[in-house]
Amino acid sequence: MRITVTVDGTSYTDDVEPRTLLVHHLREKLGKTGTVVGCDTSNCGACTVHLNGQSVKSCSVLAVQADEGEVTTVEGLARDGQLHPVQQAFRDNHALQCGFCTPGMIMQSIDLLADNPNPDEEAVREGLEGNLCRCTGYQNIVRAVRDAAGHMRPGAGPEAEQVAGGERTTTGVGGDA
Amino acid sequence: MTAMAEPEVGRARVRKEDERLITGRTRWTDNITLPGMVHMALLRSPTAHARITAMDTSAAKEMPGVIAVYTGDDLDPGGEVGMPNAWPITPDQKTPRRPMLAQGTVNFAGEAVAAVIARSAAEAEDALAEIDVDYEDLPVVLGLDNAVADGAPLVHEDMGTNKSAEWIFDSSQAGSGGDVQQAISSSDVVVTRRFRQQRLVPAFMEPRSVVVDPTAPQLTMWSATQVPHILKTMVAMTLGLPEHHVRVIAPDVGGGFGGKLAVTPEECAAVVVAQKLGKPVKWTESRSETMVSAHHGRDQMQDITISASRDGTITGLKVDLLADMGAYLGIVGGGVPVLGAFMFNAIYKIPAYRFSCTTVFTNTTLTDAYRGAGRPEATFAIERIMDELAAELGMDPMQLREKNWIAHDEFPYTTVSTLTYDSGNYEAATAKAMQLFDYDGLRREQAERRDRGDRVQLGIGISTFTEMCGLAPSRVLGSLDYGAGGWEHAAIRMLPTGKVEVVTGASPHGQGHETAWSQIVADQLGVGFDDIEILHGDTQSSHKGLDTYGSRSLTVGGIAVVKAAEKVIAKARKVAAHLMEASEDDLEFADGKFTVRGTDTSTAIQDIALAVFAAHDLPDGVEPTLDSEAVFDPENFSFPHGTHLCATEVDTETGQVRLRSYVCVDDIGKVINPLIVEGQMHGGLAQGIAQALYEEAVYDEFGTLTSGTFADYLVPSAMDLPSFTTDRTETAATSNPLGVKGVGEAGTIASTPAVVNAVVDAVRHRGVNDIEMPLSPMRVWRAVHKGDTAAGGPGAEAGGGLGSIDSAHGGAQ
Repeated sequence: MRITVTVDGTSYTDDVEPRTLLVHHLREKLGKTGTVVGCDTSNCGACTVHLNGQSVKSCSVLAVQADEGEVTTVEGLARDGQLHPVQQAFRDNHALQCGFCTPGMIMQSIDLLADNPNPDEEAVREGLEGNLCRCTGYQNIVRAVRDAAGHMRPGAGPEAEQVAGGERTTTGVGGDA
Repeated sequence: MTAMAEPEVGRARVRKEDERLITGRTRWTDNITLPGMVHMALLRSPTAHARITAMDTSAAKEMPGVIAVYTGDDLDPGGEVGMPNAWPITPDQKTPRRPMLAQGTVNFAGEAVAAVIARSAAEAEDALAEIDVDYEDLPVVLGLDNAVADGAPLVHEDMGTNKSAEWIFDSSQAGSGGDVQQAISSSDVVVTRRFRQQRLVPAFMEPRSVVVDPTAPQLTMWSATQVPHILKTMVAMTLGLPEHHVRVIAPDVGGGFGGKLAVTPEECAAVVVAQKLGKPVKWTESRSETMVSAHHGRDQMQDITISASRDGTITGLKVDLLADMGAYLGIVGGGVPVLGAFMFNAIYKIPAYRFSCTTVFTNTTLTDAYRGAGRPEATFAIERIMDELAAELGMDPMQLREKNWIAHDEFPYTTVSTLTYDSGNYEAATAKAMQLFDYDGLRREQAERRDRGDRVQLGIGISTFTEMCGLAPSRVLGSLDYGAGGWEHAAIRMLPTGKVEVVTGASPHGQGHETAWSQIVADQLGVGFDDIEILHGDTQSSHKGLDTYGSRSLTVGGIAVVKAAEKVIAKARKVAAHLMEASEDDLEFADGKFTVRGTDTSTAIQDIALAVFAAHDLPDGVEPTLDSEAVFDPENFSFPHGTHLCATEVDTETGQVRLRSYVCVDDIGKVINPLIVEGQMHGGLAQGIAQALYEEAVYDEFGTLTSGTFADYLVPSAMDLPSFTTDRTETAATSNPLGVKGVGEAGTIASTPAVVNAVVDAVRHRGVNDIEMPLSPMRVWRAVHKGDTAAGGPGAEAGGGLGSIDSAHGGAQ
């Protein structure tokens, strides 16, 4: 099948097998290796990206389902050399060690901040429940997300998450970067 | 004199590593693609023990994209290749050959039996289903007691036994203490327990991957490994390759926790296949594959007896272990329980000690190093039984510990297991932890809840632990029959522009060595933190090393960096003296500058680097280089310690455990970067707590791993863990010039018994004196209401989830 997907602002048209998962399309066809595969049961969340402004586990989406869609990966967050506030907060708060879960963790964090711009600790933990980290014990990830919340303009993030039926942003990514 | 620059060591520097990791500019092994590269997929045995009576690969060979299909005999016709075991713990240890692909029999579910090579990974996977294997079932050996029972069926029939080795330490024979049997029989109080260390999965987030490029005279192997240097040497030895024709690269590696301390059949098979085809080959595993085929950790049965006088003074300690090796011995598998042998006596003055360990084969995935490796097991057993002894004596468990621990003015102290602890202050760490935890307040609340018969009971758990870190002094490893030394290498290259490249033999996979080593070198040489680059993980640039495990990177590898820097300065001093026409003895080195004492004449080390590069004006006989290398072999282990306190709320109606608070005060010696240290503590605690409450690799009665996915194996999520209160006290290690002790394993080693002690403490008044890990609500409830301490056991609690989803990869059928 021929599909066209916009990934991190660039449009790609490719022939894909119907069974190809979005994450494999991103990694193997488009060279978007910043997004990784950590499991095969959609438990770990390492492959999380935004599809049309909402976080999805890209191992649980077929590439053909993303046809005509807009995908943002961790590679598309920084603008003009400026890190996204969530990226910056992960760095400032030592919220990563090996960094393998980090792409998914960051994408999910942006999503949860769009939903709840000022989450307390419990809300952050709940919002990240679908993303596993083996290195950090989560404490600094929670700290980073709350820190990022303080640095993002109110309501930053994918609008699709905020108001049902609302107009989605052109980038699918918020932040004040 | 100008003011001293603020030292880098001790600063909470954000990490150099992070920028590429947070932006997705990563170099995981699976990201690598090479021209003409083909993909390998492995068919894995769905059965735990069977004879392979026939295998038909013809249909698979006709599948689209398939280039070749190999069996074990195809890769190794002579049946000679076996994965290395580098630690034969006794001269008569039984070490079965572990082939690349099974030959003749399969010995655990998940063992690879055939390899498909295809143009794409998906095509290779597809073809696996077309391979036809006939298995003739053999009796499956599961469970330690079953495996060592008289008349038990055998995992390896030709060995005549399921026992691999028996290793014994006896203080009366070593001359370090008395006879334990005598101590036990003459003591007022004797407590005996059997503790089970359940089987765990290291669960690094990045699945293993290997790429082999055979197209140049020097074969290059990228691997998601903790041990590129060991891998290079061992692959050469195992496959009979000239070592100088092998280059190994560990690029970005996504966690290891001991689980990537291995030389695997998959890595070796990829090399053989790549050489046969003359093409680059990639193998990347699925998570289901990792769960059954990458080594597991722990899995011991511990029979422990402690004796004491009525006043609480410990008189003897006796430990008998059975350790499940799985179907084969991993690279250090048999050595893991031996590492624990030195730690059962922990921080206590124990006059008589005997340890025996039998390593045992079963038809399961092999076990090997997992974060702590031997020391968590030992710490768990001693800290659990200290609580049991306290209960027996009617003493406060902390008072019992205080009565027996080594006092701060007794260091250095040689223990009953013959280690000499150089430094420590258990009183200081404990005092700080008790205060942060509000020990007395929580004890009051506990009493109140008991008095009013509250449905939710409060428990307090203690773990006052130490560990041996920094593996290790080479002569000690030699005395334990370990197959290698424990030194580490570093080199420093002073570039003409004044920038610095540091080469390390340690191999980081998440720890932050690039940042910490930069801080160390910045102070040593007086150059900027950002002017330093750390090179690691490629045997071509980092040609010598023993890699990262056993909390050794800083205490051994970091010290090698210091020693290399000292050599750079010694070389630079000669040149500086020549350039400034002064005597070497009159030069002071500080903040990156040599200054002639009593003058303001100085020259910076960067200027010297340039002068040496030009080499126009060097003193006679001086080599035109400042570059230096050093190999450091420590005289002793280092001994971090700490006091961990855990409060749990246990719902006696549901068995649910809630971690109310967790406080730890650790003494890891001097700290290079407090941010990194805190992160190591948090992650270590998470893994130790996960052993106590959540994780277990469960086999059913057929030897199928039923917790074979992340849907079934409960790696904790953010919802499952609390925030921790971590703090530190500091006594410098005397065994190295930085005074550092190591932090990578501390949290994992200490936390498991703290949690279990807390749960048992919460319900001890209900007659509970043990609950087997993991302390699931069901087990806690059964302990409270039925008096069962061991509700687990093989197959008792198959998760009810997905199992291993793919039978082609050794999962449930």
